[in-house]
Amino acid sequence: MNQRMSWFNVTSLTFGFAFLYLPILILIIYSFNDSRLVTVWGGFSTRWYGELFQNEGIMDAAWVTARVAFVSATIATILGTMAAIVLVRLGRFRGRTLFNGMIYAPLVMPEVITGLSLLLLFVAMGFARGFWTVVIAHITFSMCYVAVVVQSRLITFDESLEEAAQDLGCPPGRSFFAITLPVILPAVLAGWMLAFTLSLDDLVIASFATGPGATTLPIKIYSQIRLGVTPEINAVCTILIALVALGIITASLASKHRMMRARRTVG
Amino acid sequence: MSTRRKSGWGRRLVIAVPYLWLLVFFLAPFAIVVRISLSEVAIAMPPYLPVFDLSQGFEAFWQDLSALSFDNYAWLAGDPLYINSYLSSLWIAGVSTLLALLIGFPLAYGMARAPHSWRPILMMAVILPFWTSFLIRVYAWIGILKPEGLLTLFAQTIGILSPDDQLRILNTNTAVYIGIVYSYLPFMVLPLYAALERMDASLLEAAQDLGCPPLKAFWSITVPLAVPGIIAGCFLVFIPAVGEFVIPDLLGGSDTLMIGRTLWNEFFNNRDWPVSSAVAVLLLLVLIVPIVAFQHFQQRQQEAMR
Repeated sequence: MNQRMSWFNVTSLTFGFAFLYLPILILIIYSFNDSRLVTVWGGFSTRWYGELFQNEGIMDAAWVTARVAFVSATIATILGTMAAIVLVRLGRFRGRTLFNGMIYAPLVMPEVITGLSLLLLFVAMGFARGFWTVVIAHITFSMCYVAVVVQSRLITFDESLEEAAQDLGCPPGRSFFAITLPVILPAVLAGWMLAFTLSLDDLVIASFATGPGATTLPIKIYSQIRLGVTPEINAVCTILIALVALGIITASLASKHRMMRARRTVG
Repeated sequence: MSTRRKSGWGRRLVIAVPYLWLLVFFLAPFAIVVRISLSEVAIAMPPYLPVFDLSQGFEAFWQDLSALSFDNYAWLAGDPLYINSYLSSLWIAGVSTLLALLIGFPLAYGMARAPHSWRPILMMAVILPFWTSFLIRVYAWIGILKPEGLLTLFAQTIGILSPDDQLRILNTNTAVYIGIVYSYLPFMVLPLYAALERMDASLLEAAQDLGCPPLKAFWSITVPLAVPGIIAGCFLVFIPAVGEFVIPDLLGGSDTLMIGRTLWNEFFNNRDWPVSSAVAVLLLLVLIVPIVAFQHFQQRQQEAMR
Protein backbone atom coordinates (compact mmCIF):
# COMPACT_ATOMS: atom_id res chain seq x y z
CA MET A 1 0.00 0.00 0.00
CA ASN A 2 2.85 2.37 0.79
CA GLN A 3 4.19 1.90 -2.72
CA ARG A 4 0.84 2.62 -4.27
CA MET A 5 0.21 5.64 -2.09
CA SER A 6 3.51 7.21 -2.99
CA TRP A 7 2.81 6.61 -6.68
CA PHE A 8 -0.51 8.39 -6.21
CA ASN A 9 1.19 11.20 -4.31
CA VAL A 10 3.84 11.74 -6.93
CA THR A 11 1.17 11.92 -9.63
CA SER A 12 -0.96 14.41 -7.73
CA LEU A 13 2.05 16.56 -6.90
CA THR A 14 3.19 16.52 -10.53
CA PHE A 15 -0.22 17.43 -11.89
CA GLY A 16 -0.87 20.02 -9.20
CA PHE A 17 2.38 21.86 -9.73
CA ALA A 18 2.15 21.55 -13.50
CA PHE A 19 -1.24 23.25 -13.29
CA LEU A 20 0.20 26.02 -11.11
CA TYR A 21 3.35 26.65 -13.12
CA LEU A 22 2.76 25.70 -16.78
CA PRO A 23 0.72 28.81 -17.70
CA ILE A 24 3.38 31.10 -16.27
CA LEU A 25 6.18 29.14 -17.97
CA ILE A 26 4.40 29.24 -21.33
CA LEU A 27 3.95 32.99 -20.96
CA ILE A 28 7.66 33.45 -20.25
CA ILE A 29 8.73 31.21 -23.15
CA TYR A 30 6.48 32.97 -25.64
CA SER A 31 7.80 36.39 -24.62
CA PHE A 32 11.01 35.29 -26.41
CA ASN A 33 9.10 34.25 -29.53
CA ASP A 34 10.10 36.10 -32.67
CA SER A 35 6.66 35.62 -34.27
CA ARG A 36 3.80 38.00 -33.55
CA LEU A 37 1.39 35.07 -33.51
CA VAL A 38 1.08 33.55 -30.10
CA THR A 39 0.86 29.92 -31.24
CA VAL A 40 3.53 29.96 -33.92
CA TRP A 41 7.11 29.61 -32.77
CA GLY A 42 9.25 31.87 -34.95
CA GLY A 43 12.56 31.32 -33.22
CA PHE A 44 14.22 32.82 -30.14
CA SER A 45 14.40 36.58 -30.05
CA THR A 46 14.46 39.45 -27.59
CA ARG A 47 12.90 41.91 -30.01
CA TRP A 48 9.76 42.42 -27.89
CA TYR A 49 11.91 43.54 -25.00
CA GLY A 50 13.55 46.06 -27.31
CA GLU A 51 10.17 47.31 -28.50
CA LEU A 52 8.95 47.43 -24.94
CA PHE A 53 11.61 49.91 -23.91
CA GLN A 54 10.64 52.05 -26.91
CA ASN A 55 6.99 52.03 -25.82
CA GLU A 56 6.59 55.29 -23.93
CA GLY A 57 3.10 54.54 -22.64
CA ILE A 58 4.22 51.36 -20.92
CA MET A 59 7.45 52.86 -19.59
CA ASP A 60 5.57 55.83 -18.11
CA ALA A 61 3.07 53.50 -16.49
CA ALA A 62 5.91 51.40 -15.06
CA TRP A 63 7.49 54.49 -13.53
CA VAL A 64 4.17 55.62 -11.99
CA THR A 65 3.61 52.13 -10.59
CA ALA A 66 7.08 51.95 -9.07
CA ARG A 67 6.60 55.29 -7.31
CA VAL A 68 3.08 54.45 -6.11
CA ALA A 69 4.23 51.08 -4.81
CA PHE A 70 7.28 52.49 -3.02
CA VAL A 71 5.48 55.38 -1.32
CA SER A 72 2.35 53.41 -0.41
CA ALA A 73 4.30 50.38 0.87
CA THR A 74 6.47 52.58 3.09
CA ILE A 75 3.58 54.49 4.65
CA ALA A 76 1.47 51.32 4.91
CA THR A 77 4.33 49.60 6.76
CA ILE A 78 4.54 52.39 9.33
CA LEU A 79 0.76 52.52 9.84
CA GLY A 80 0.42 48.73 9.78
CA THR A 81 3.17 48.24 12.35
CA MET A 82 1.48 50.80 14.61
CA ALA A 83 -1.81 48.96 14.15
CA ALA A 84 -0.15 45.65 15.04
CA ILE A 85 1.25 47.18 18.24
CA VAL A 86 -2.23 48.46 19.09
CA LEU A 87 -3.69 44.99 18.50
CA VAL A 88 -1.10 43.04 20.51
CA ARG A 89 0.28 45.40 23.12
CA LEU A 90 -2.01 48.21 24.06
CA GLY A 91 -4.79 46.21 25.68
CA ARG A 92 -8.30 47.55 25.95
CA PHE A 93 -9.46 50.99 24.98
CA ARG A 94 -12.72 52.50 23.90
CA GLY A 95 -13.52 51.51 20.31
CA ARG A 96 -11.17 48.53 20.20
CA THR A 97 -13.78 46.18 18.67
CA LEU A 98 -14.34 48.65 15.86
CA PHE A 99 -10.58 48.89 15.35
CA ASN A 100 -10.27 45.10 15.08
CA GLY A 101 -13.08 45.05 12.57
CA MET A 102 -11.52 47.79 10.47
CA ILE A 103 -8.21 45.89 10.35
CA TYR A 104 -9.75 42.59 9.21
CA ALA A 105 -12.58 43.84 7.00
CA PRO A 106 -10.41 45.16 4.14
CA LEU A 107 -8.84 41.70 3.82
CA VAL A 108 -12.16 40.14 2.81
CA MET A 109 -13.72 43.15 1.11
CA PRO A 110 -14.35 42.75 -2.64
CA GLU A 111 -12.01 45.09 -4.47
CA VAL A 112 -14.84 46.66 -6.47
CA ILE A 113 -16.46 47.88 -3.24
CA THR A 114 -13.24 49.27 -1.75
CA GLY A 115 -12.46 51.02 -5.02
CA LEU A 116 -15.94 52.45 -5.50
CA SER A 117 -16.21 53.69 -1.92
CA LEU A 118 -12.82 55.41 -2.01
CA LEU A 119 -13.63 57.10 -5.29
CA LEU A 120 -16.91 58.41 -3.89
CA LEU A 121 -15.01 59.73 -0.86
CA PHE A 122 -12.48 61.52 -3.06
CA VAL A 123 -15.26 63.07 -5.10
CA ALA A 124 -17.19 64.11 -1.98
CA MET A 125 -14.06 65.67 -0.47
CA GLY A 126 -13.17 67.39 -3.71
CA PHE A 127 -9.76 65.68 -4.04
CA ALA A 128 -8.23 65.90 -7.50
CA ARG A 129 -7.74 62.29 -8.58
CA GLY A 130 -4.25 61.22 -9.56
CA PHE A 131 -1.03 59.91 -8.04
CA TRP A 132 -1.89 60.65 -4.41
CA THR A 133 -5.40 59.22 -4.49
CA VAL A 134 -3.99 55.91 -5.79
CA VAL A 135 -1.35 56.02 -3.03
CA ILE A 136 -4.00 56.63 -0.34
CA ALA A 137 -6.15 53.79 -1.69
CA HIS A 138 -3.21 51.37 -1.68
CA ILE A 139 -2.10 52.38 1.82
CA THR A 140 -5.60 51.75 3.14
CA PHE A 141 -5.84 48.12 2.10
CA SER A 142 -2.19 47.11 2.35
CA MET A 143 -1.68 48.48 5.88
CA CYS A 144 -4.13 45.84 7.08
CA TYR A 145 -2.04 43.05 5.52
CA VAL A 146 1.09 44.54 7.14
CA ALA A 147 -0.73 44.68 10.49
CA VAL A 148 -1.62 40.97 10.29
CA VAL A 149 1.94 39.94 9.31
CA VAL A 150 3.62 42.03 12.03
CA GLN A 151 1.01 41.03 14.60
CA SER A 152 1.82 37.34 14.20
CA ARG A 153 5.49 38.06 14.97
CA LEU A 154 4.73 40.43 17.82
CA ILE A 155 2.60 37.84 19.62
CA THR A 156 5.59 35.50 20.03
CA PHE A 157 7.90 38.29 21.21
CA ASP A 158 8.87 38.21 24.87
CA GLU A 159 7.60 41.45 26.29
CA SER A 160 9.61 41.23 29.49
CA LEU A 161 12.73 42.34 27.60
CA GLU A 162 11.19 45.68 26.86
CA GLU A 163 9.78 45.97 30.35
CA ALA A 164 13.21 45.31 31.84
CA ALA A 165 14.64 48.15 29.75
CA GLN A 166 11.88 50.44 30.99
CA ASP A 167 12.45 49.43 34.58
CA LEU A 168 16.05 50.47 34.08
CA GLY A 169 14.83 53.90 33.04
CA CYS A 170 14.58 53.61 29.26
CA PRO A 171 11.67 55.68 27.89
CA PRO A 172 8.96 53.59 26.13
CA GLY A 173 9.59 55.08 22.70
CA ARG A 174 13.30 54.39 22.88
CA SER A 175 12.92 50.88 24.26
CA PHE A 176 10.70 50.10 21.27
CA PHE A 177 13.30 51.21 18.75
CA ALA A 178 16.22 49.65 20.65
CA ILE A 179 14.70 46.27 21.55
CA THR A 180 11.37 45.40 19.93
CA LEU A 181 11.94 46.79 16.44
CA PRO A 182 15.18 44.85 15.76
CA VAL A 183 13.42 41.63 16.75
CA ILE A 184 10.29 42.17 14.66
CA LEU A 185 12.23 43.72 11.76
CA PRO A 186 12.04 40.61 9.52
CA ALA A 187 8.25 40.68 9.81
CA VAL A 188 8.17 44.43 9.16
CA LEU A 189 10.29 43.94 6.04
CA ALA A 190 8.09 41.05 4.91
CA GLY A 191 5.09 43.33 5.44
CA TRP A 192 6.73 46.01 3.30
CA MET A 193 7.38 43.50 0.51
CA LEU A 194 3.81 42.27 0.68
CA ALA A 195 2.49 45.83 0.55
CA PHE A 196 4.79 46.61 -2.37
CA THR A 197 3.65 43.63 -4.44
CA LEU A 198 -0.01 44.21 -3.56
CA SER A 199 0.31 47.74 -4.88
CA LEU A 200 2.21 46.53 -7.95
CA ASP A 201 -0.56 44.04 -8.75
CA ASP A 202 -3.65 46.05 -8.08
CA LEU A 203 -5.89 46.77 -11.04
CA VAL A 204 -9.41 47.21 -9.68
CA ILE A 205 -8.87 49.66 -6.82
CA ALA A 206 -6.37 51.71 -8.84
CA SER A 207 -8.85 51.95 -11.75
CA PHE A 208 -11.37 53.63 -9.46
CA ALA A 209 -8.91 55.85 -7.62
CA THR A 210 -6.80 57.00 -10.53
CA GLY A 211 -7.05 60.18 -12.54
CA PRO A 212 -5.34 61.82 -15.46
CA GLY A 213 -1.59 61.27 -15.59
CA ALA A 214 -1.58 58.44 -13.06
CA THR A 215 -2.05 55.35 -15.24
CA THR A 216 -0.44 52.45 -13.43
CA LEU A 217 1.09 49.44 -15.16
CA PRO A 218 -1.81 47.04 -14.39
CA ILE A 219 -4.28 49.56 -15.83
CA LYS A 220 -2.12 49.87 -18.94
CA ILE A 221 -1.71 46.09 -19.26
CA TYR A 222 -5.44 45.59 -18.80
CA SER A 223 -6.36 48.04 -21.54
CA GLN A 224 -3.83 46.38 -23.88
CA ILE A 225 -5.18 42.91 -23.12
CA ARG A 226 -8.68 44.07 -24.01
CA LEU A 227 -7.32 44.90 -27.44
CA GLY A 228 -5.77 41.43 -27.79
CA VAL A 229 -2.74 39.41 -26.73
CA THR A 230 0.48 41.10 -27.79
CA PRO A 231 4.06 39.86 -27.41
CA GLU A 232 5.05 43.11 -25.72
CA ILE A 233 2.66 42.39 -22.87
CA ASN A 234 4.24 38.96 -22.53
CA ALA A 235 7.59 40.72 -22.18
CA VAL A 236 6.30 43.15 -19.49
CA CYS A 237 4.77 40.24 -17.59
CA THR A 238 8.01 38.26 -17.77
CA ILE A 239 9.98 41.19 -16.38
CA LEU A 240 7.47 41.62 -13.54
CA ILE A 241 7.59 37.90 -12.72
CA ALA A 242 11.40 37.97 -12.75
CA LEU A 243 11.49 40.98 -10.41
CA VAL A 244 9.08 39.40 -7.93
CA ALA A 245 10.93 36.06 -8.04
CA LEU A 246 14.24 37.84 -7.48
CA GLY A 247 12.80 39.72 -4.50
CA ILE A 248 11.43 36.56 -2.90
CA ILE A 249 14.62 34.55 -3.44
CA THR A 250 16.69 37.37 -1.95
CA ALA A 251 14.36 37.61 1.03
CA SER A 252 14.36 33.88 1.71
CA LEU A 253 18.16 33.68 1.39
CA ALA A 254 18.49 36.60 3.78
CA SER A 255 16.21 34.96 6.33
CA LYS A 256 18.11 31.67 6.01
CA HIS A 257 21.38 33.52 6.55
CA ARG A 258 19.96 35.23 9.62
CA MET A 259 18.70 31.93 11.02
CA MET A 260 22.09 30.27 10.53
CA ARG A 261 23.80 33.16 12.28
CA ALA A 262 21.31 33.06 15.12
CA ARG A 263 21.88 29.33 15.49
CA ARG A 264 25.61 29.85 15.60
CA THR A 265 25.35 32.46 18.37
CA VAL A 266 22.99 30.27 20.37
CA GLY A 267 24.96 27.06 19.87
CA MET B 1 2.20 45.07 31.03
CA SER B 2 3.77 48.04 32.73
CA THR B 3 1.33 50.65 33.95
CA ARG B 4 3.51 53.49 32.72
CA ARG B 5 2.76 52.75 29.11
CA LYS B 6 -0.96 52.49 29.72
CA SER B 7 -1.26 56.23 29.87
CA GLY B 8 0.70 58.95 28.19
CA TRP B 9 0.51 60.67 24.88
CA GLY B 10 2.76 58.14 23.15
CA ARG B 11 0.17 55.39 23.56
CA ARG B 12 -2.63 57.66 22.44
CA LEU B 13 -0.68 58.66 19.35
CA VAL B 14 0.05 55.05 18.38
CA ILE B 15 -3.66 54.26 18.63
CA ALA B 16 -4.91 57.46 17.04
CA VAL B 17 -2.90 57.48 13.82
CA PRO B 18 -3.97 54.12 12.30
CA TYR B 19 -7.43 54.51 13.87
CA LEU B 20 -8.08 57.86 12.23
CA TRP B 21 -6.68 56.66 8.92
CA LEU B 22 -9.08 53.73 8.81
CA LEU B 23 -12.02 55.83 9.98
CA VAL B 24 -11.46 58.38 7.23
CA PHE B 25 -10.44 56.10 4.37
CA PHE B 26 -12.27 52.89 5.16
CA LEU B 27 -15.38 53.52 7.25
CA ALA B 28 -16.41 56.97 6.04
CA PRO B 29 -16.37 55.88 2.37
CA PHE B 30 -18.97 53.21 3.23
CA ALA B 31 -21.25 55.76 4.78
CA ILE B 32 -20.96 57.70 1.54
CA VAL B 33 -21.75 54.61 -0.57
CA VAL B 34 -24.88 53.92 1.48
CA ARG B 35 -25.90 57.56 1.25
CA ILE B 36 -25.39 57.78 -2.53
CA SER B 37 -27.27 54.53 -3.06
CA LEU B 38 -30.30 56.45 -1.76
CA SER B 39 -29.87 59.30 -4.21
CA GLU B 40 -31.09 59.88 -7.70
CA VAL B 41 -28.95 59.90 -10.79
CA ALA B 42 -28.37 63.30 -12.35
CA ILE B 43 -26.52 64.69 -15.30
CA ALA B 44 -23.97 66.65 -13.34
CA MET B 45 -20.64 66.24 -11.67
CA PRO B 46 -20.84 64.40 -9.33
CA PRO B 47 -23.67 62.61 -11.16
CA TYR B 48 -26.18 62.21 -8.35
CA LEU B 49 -28.75 64.21 -6.43
CA PRO B 50 -29.14 65.51 -3.83
CA VAL B 51 -25.65 66.63 -2.90
CA PHE B 52 -25.55 67.59 0.75
CA ASP B 53 -24.27 71.05 1.35
CA LEU B 54 -24.25 72.11 4.98
CA SER B 55 -23.46 75.69 4.10
CA GLN B 56 -27.06 76.05 2.93
CA GLY B 57 -28.23 75.65 6.53
CA PHE B 58 -30.22 72.95 8.26
CA GLU B 59 -33.46 73.78 6.50
CA ALA B 60 -31.95 72.78 3.16
CA PHE B 61 -30.27 69.76 4.74
CA TRP B 62 -33.59 68.36 5.89
CA GLN B 63 -35.11 69.03 2.55
CA ASP B 64 -32.27 67.07 0.93
CA LEU B 65 -32.72 64.29 3.44
CA SER B 66 -36.36 63.87 2.53
CA ALA B 67 -35.32 63.55 -1.11
CA LEU B 68 -33.51 60.29 -0.33
CA SER B 69 -35.31 57.26 -1.63
CA PHE B 70 -35.11 53.53 -1.96
CA ASP B 71 -35.85 53.78 -5.68
CA ASN B 72 -32.48 52.32 -6.63
CA TYR B 73 -33.11 49.23 -4.55
CA ALA B 74 -36.58 48.84 -6.03
CA TRP B 75 -34.96 49.18 -9.45
CA LEU B 76 -32.46 46.42 -8.60
CA ALA B 77 -35.23 44.14 -7.42
CA GLY B 78 -37.29 44.80 -10.54
CA ASP B 79 -34.57 44.20 -13.11
CA PRO B 80 -33.68 40.51 -13.60
CA LEU B 81 -30.15 41.54 -14.69
CA TYR B 82 -29.17 42.29 -11.11
CA ILE B 83 -30.86 39.34 -9.46
CA ASN B 84 -29.34 37.03 -12.05
CA SER B 85 -25.94 38.62 -11.47
CA TYR B 86 -26.12 37.90 -7.76
CA LEU B 87 -27.36 34.35 -8.24
CA SER B 88 -24.87 33.59 -10.98
CA SER B 89 -21.99 35.01 -8.89
CA LEU B 90 -22.91 32.69 -6.04
CA TRP B 91 -23.25 29.75 -8.43
CA ILE B 92 -19.94 30.37 -10.24
CA ALA B 93 -18.11 30.92 -6.96
CA GLY B 94 -19.67 27.76 -5.52
CA VAL B 95 -18.78 25.54 -8.49
CA SER B 96 -15.24 26.97 -8.57
CA THR B 97 -14.81 26.34 -4.85
CA LEU B 98 -15.84 22.72 -5.31
CA LEU B 99 -13.44 22.29 -8.24
CA ALA B 100 -10.63 23.92 -6.25
CA LEU B 101 -11.29 21.45 -3.45
CA LEU B 102 -11.16 18.49 -5.86
CA ILE B 103 -7.84 19.66 -7.32
CA GLY B 104 -6.39 21.07 -4.12
CA PHE B 105 -7.03 18.04 -1.93
CA PRO B 106 -4.76 15.55 -3.76
CA LEU B 107 -2.08 18.24 -4.01
CA ALA B 108 -2.23 19.06 -0.29
CA TYR B 109 -2.33 15.35 0.52
CA GLY B 110 0.74 14.69 -1.61
CA MET B 111 2.56 17.56 0.09
CA ALA B 112 1.68 16.34 3.56
CA ARG B 113 2.93 12.83 2.74
CA ALA B 114 6.12 14.00 1.02
CA PRO B 115 9.48 13.52 2.80
CA HIS B 116 10.04 16.04 5.60
CA SER B 117 12.92 17.76 3.89
CA TRP B 118 10.79 18.52 0.82
CA ARG B 119 7.89 20.11 2.62
CA PRO B 120 9.22 23.68 3.09
CA ILE B 121 10.15 23.78 -0.61
CA LEU B 122 6.74 22.47 -1.68
CA MET B 123 5.06 25.05 0.58
CA MET B 124 7.15 27.77 -1.01
CA ALA B 125 6.22 26.46 -4.46
CA VAL B 126 2.50 26.79 -3.64
CA ILE B 127 2.89 30.32 -2.26
CA LEU B 128 5.19 31.61 -5.01
CA PRO B 129 2.61 31.99 -7.82
CA PHE B 130 0.62 33.99 -5.34
CA TRP B 131 3.21 36.73 -5.33
CA THR B 132 3.07 37.07 -9.10
CA SER B 133 0.49 39.47 -10.38
CA PHE B 134 -3.08 38.26 -10.40
CA LEU B 135 -3.68 40.03 -13.71
CA ILE B 136 -0.69 38.29 -15.32
CA ARG B 137 -1.84 34.88 -14.15
CA VAL B 138 -5.30 35.43 -15.60
CA TYR B 139 -3.81 36.82 -18.80
CA ALA B 140 -1.59 33.73 -19.19
CA TRP B 141 -4.75 31.64 -19.64
CA ILE B 142 -6.03 33.71 -22.56
CA GLY B 143 -3.16 32.51 -24.76
CA ILE B 144 -3.85 28.93 -23.72
CA LEU B 145 -7.63 28.86 -23.98
CA LYS B 146 -8.42 30.94 -27.03
CA PRO B 147 -9.75 29.08 -30.09
CA GLU B 148 -6.44 29.25 -31.99
CA GLY B 149 -4.51 28.94 -28.71
CA LEU B 150 -2.15 26.39 -27.27
CA LEU B 151 -4.76 24.03 -25.84
CA THR B 152 -6.38 23.62 -29.27
CA LEU B 153 -2.93 23.07 -30.76
CA PHE B 154 -2.14 20.48 -28.11
CA ALA B 155 -5.43 18.63 -28.59
CA GLN B 156 -4.88 18.58 -32.35
CA THR B 157 -1.32 17.31 -31.95
CA ILE B 158 -2.27 14.36 -29.76
CA GLY B 159 -5.21 13.64 -32.06
CA ILE B 160 -8.27 14.08 -29.84
CA LEU B 161 -9.35 17.04 -31.96
CA SER B 162 -9.46 17.11 -35.75
CA PRO B 163 -7.18 19.75 -37.33
CA ASP B 164 -10.17 21.78 -38.53
CA ASP B 165 -11.83 22.03 -35.14
CA GLN B 166 -11.09 24.54 -32.45
CA LEU B 167 -11.83 24.44 -28.75
CA ARG B 168 -14.39 26.98 -27.62
CA ILE B 169 -13.43 27.57 -24.02
CA LEU B 170 -12.40 31.21 -23.83
CA ASN B 171 -15.34 33.55 -23.21
CA THR B 172 -17.43 30.85 -21.57
CA ASN B 173 -18.18 30.06 -17.95
CA THR B 174 -15.77 27.10 -18.16
CA ALA B 175 -12.91 29.56 -18.66
CA VAL B 176 -14.12 31.51 -15.61
CA TYR B 177 -14.09 28.33 -13.50
CA ILE B 178 -10.55 27.56 -14.67
CA GLY B 179 -9.44 31.11 -13.92
CA ILE B 180 -10.90 31.17 -10.41
CA VAL B 181 -9.57 27.72 -9.51
CA TYR B 182 -6.14 28.63 -10.84
CA SER B 183 -5.96 31.99 -9.08
CA TYR B 184 -7.27 30.88 -5.71
CA LEU B 185 -5.79 27.37 -5.50
CA PRO B 186 -3.10 28.40 -2.95
CA PHE B 187 -5.89 29.61 -0.62
CA MET B 188 -7.38 26.12 -0.76
CA VAL B 189 -4.15 24.13 -0.55
CA LEU B 190 -2.52 25.88 2.42
CA PRO B 191 -5.22 25.27 5.07
CA LEU B 192 -5.77 21.73 3.73
CA TYR B 193 -2.06 21.05 3.98
CA ALA B 194 -1.95 22.45 7.52
CA ALA B 195 -4.77 20.10 8.57
CA LEU B 196 -3.38 17.02 6.78
CA GLU B 197 0.16 17.56 7.99
CA ARG B 198 -0.97 17.53 11.63
CA MET B 199 -2.65 14.18 11.08
CA ASP B 200 -1.01 11.18 12.72
CA ALA B 201 0.00 8.72 9.97
CA SER B 202 -0.06 5.82 12.43
CA LEU B 203 -3.87 6.08 12.53
CA LEU B 204 -3.99 4.92 8.91
CA GLU B 205 -1.50 2.15 9.59
CA ALA B 206 -3.58 0.95 12.52
CA ALA B 207 -6.70 0.88 10.34
CA GLN B 208 -4.80 -1.02 7.69
CA ASP B 209 -3.48 -3.55 10.22
CA LEU B 210 -7.03 -4.16 11.35
CA GLY B 211 -8.01 -4.97 7.76
CA CYS B 212 -9.64 -1.71 6.70
CA PRO B 213 -9.36 -1.18 2.93
CA PRO B 214 -7.37 1.97 2.00
CA LEU B 215 -10.30 3.77 0.40
CA LYS B 216 -12.53 3.20 3.40
CA ALA B 217 -9.73 4.30 5.74
CA PHE B 218 -9.39 7.45 3.67
CA TRP B 219 -13.11 8.29 4.00
CA SER B 220 -13.45 7.39 7.66
CA ILE B 221 -10.13 8.76 8.99
CA THR B 222 -8.38 11.21 6.67
CA VAL B 223 -11.40 13.18 5.47
CA PRO B 224 -12.97 13.78 8.91
CA LEU B 225 -9.61 14.95 10.28
CA ALA B 226 -9.21 17.31 7.34
CA VAL B 227 -12.63 18.93 7.82
CA PRO B 228 -11.30 22.13 9.48
CA GLY B 229 -8.92 22.60 6.55
CA ILE B 230 -11.68 21.90 4.03
CA ILE B 231 -14.00 24.46 5.62
CA ALA B 232 -11.30 27.13 5.90
CA GLY B 233 -10.14 26.54 2.32
CA CYS B 234 -13.67 26.71 0.92
CA PHE B 235 -14.42 30.00 2.67
CA LEU B 236 -11.11 31.49 1.54
CA VAL B 237 -11.89 30.65 -2.10
CA PHE B 238 -15.63 31.35 -2.06
CA ILE B 239 -15.63 34.80 -0.41
CA PRO B 240 -13.23 36.57 -2.80
CA ALA B 241 -14.58 34.67 -5.82
CA VAL B 242 -18.11 36.11 -5.37
CA GLY B 243 -16.92 39.69 -5.85
CA GLU B 244 -14.40 38.88 -8.59
CA PHE B 245 -14.13 41.28 -11.52
CA VAL B 246 -10.94 40.59 -13.49
CA ILE B 247 -11.56 36.88 -14.17
CA PRO B 248 -15.13 37.11 -15.55
CA ASP B 249 -14.18 40.21 -17.50
CA LEU B 250 -11.13 38.74 -19.24
CA LEU B 251 -12.02 35.04 -19.48
CA GLY B 252 -15.84 35.09 -19.39
CA GLY B 253 -18.19 35.69 -22.28
CA SER B 254 -20.61 38.55 -22.70
CA ASP B 255 -23.25 36.38 -21.04
CA THR B 256 -21.12 35.60 -17.99
CA LEU B 257 -22.88 37.53 -15.27
CA MET B 258 -20.98 38.27 -12.11
CA ILE B 259 -21.87 41.01 -9.70
CA GLY B 260 -18.41 42.59 -9.58
CA ARG B 261 -18.51 42.97 -13.33
CA THR B 262 -22.07 44.35 -13.28
CA LEU B 263 -21.01 46.96 -10.73
CA TRP B 264 -17.99 47.92 -12.84
CA ASN B 265 -20.10 48.30 -15.99
CA GLU B 266 -22.78 50.24 -14.18
CA PHE B 267 -20.14 52.63 -12.89
CA PHE B 268 -17.72 53.03 -15.77
CA ASN B 269 -19.97 52.43 -18.78
CA ASN B 270 -23.40 53.65 -17.66
CA ARG B 271 -22.00 56.21 -15.21
CA ASP B 272 -24.89 55.46 -12.88
CA TRP B 273 -23.30 56.11 -9.50
CA PRO B 274 -26.42 55.67 -7.34
CA VAL B 275 -27.27 52.25 -8.85
CA SER B 276 -23.67 51.00 -8.62
CA SER B 277 -23.63 52.11 -4.96
CA ALA B 278 -26.82 50.17 -4.34
CA VAL B 279 -25.25 47.12 -6.05
CA ALA B 280 -22.22 47.48 -3.75
CA VAL B 281 -24.37 47.69 -0.61
CA LEU B 282 -26.30 44.56 -1.59
CA LEU B 283 -23.08 42.70 -2.50
CA LEU B 284 -21.78 43.45 0.96
CA LEU B 285 -25.00 42.21 2.52
CA VAL B 286 -24.75 38.99 0.48
CA LEU B 287 -21.15 38.48 1.62
CA ILE B 288 -21.71 39.27 5.29
CA VAL B 289 -23.30 35.86 5.90
CA PRO B 290 -20.25 33.78 4.78
CA ILE B 291 -17.78 36.28 6.29
CA VAL B 292 -19.40 36.20 9.73
CA ALA B 293 -19.75 32.41 9.52
CA PHE B 294 -16.05 32.14 8.71
CA GLN B 295 -15.02 34.42 11.59
CA HIS B 296 -17.18 32.41 13.94
CA PHE B 297 -15.63 29.18 12.66
CA GLN B 298 -12.08 30.48 13.09
CA GLN B 299 -12.76 31.67 16.61
CA ARG B 300 -14.04 28.21 17.53
CA GLN B 301 -10.95 26.63 15.94
CA GLN B 302 -8.63 28.88 17.93
CA GLU B 303 -10.42 28.08 21.15
CA ALA B 304 -10.20 24.36 20.38
CA MET B 305 -6.45 24.66 19.79
CA ARG B 306 -5.82 26.17 23.20
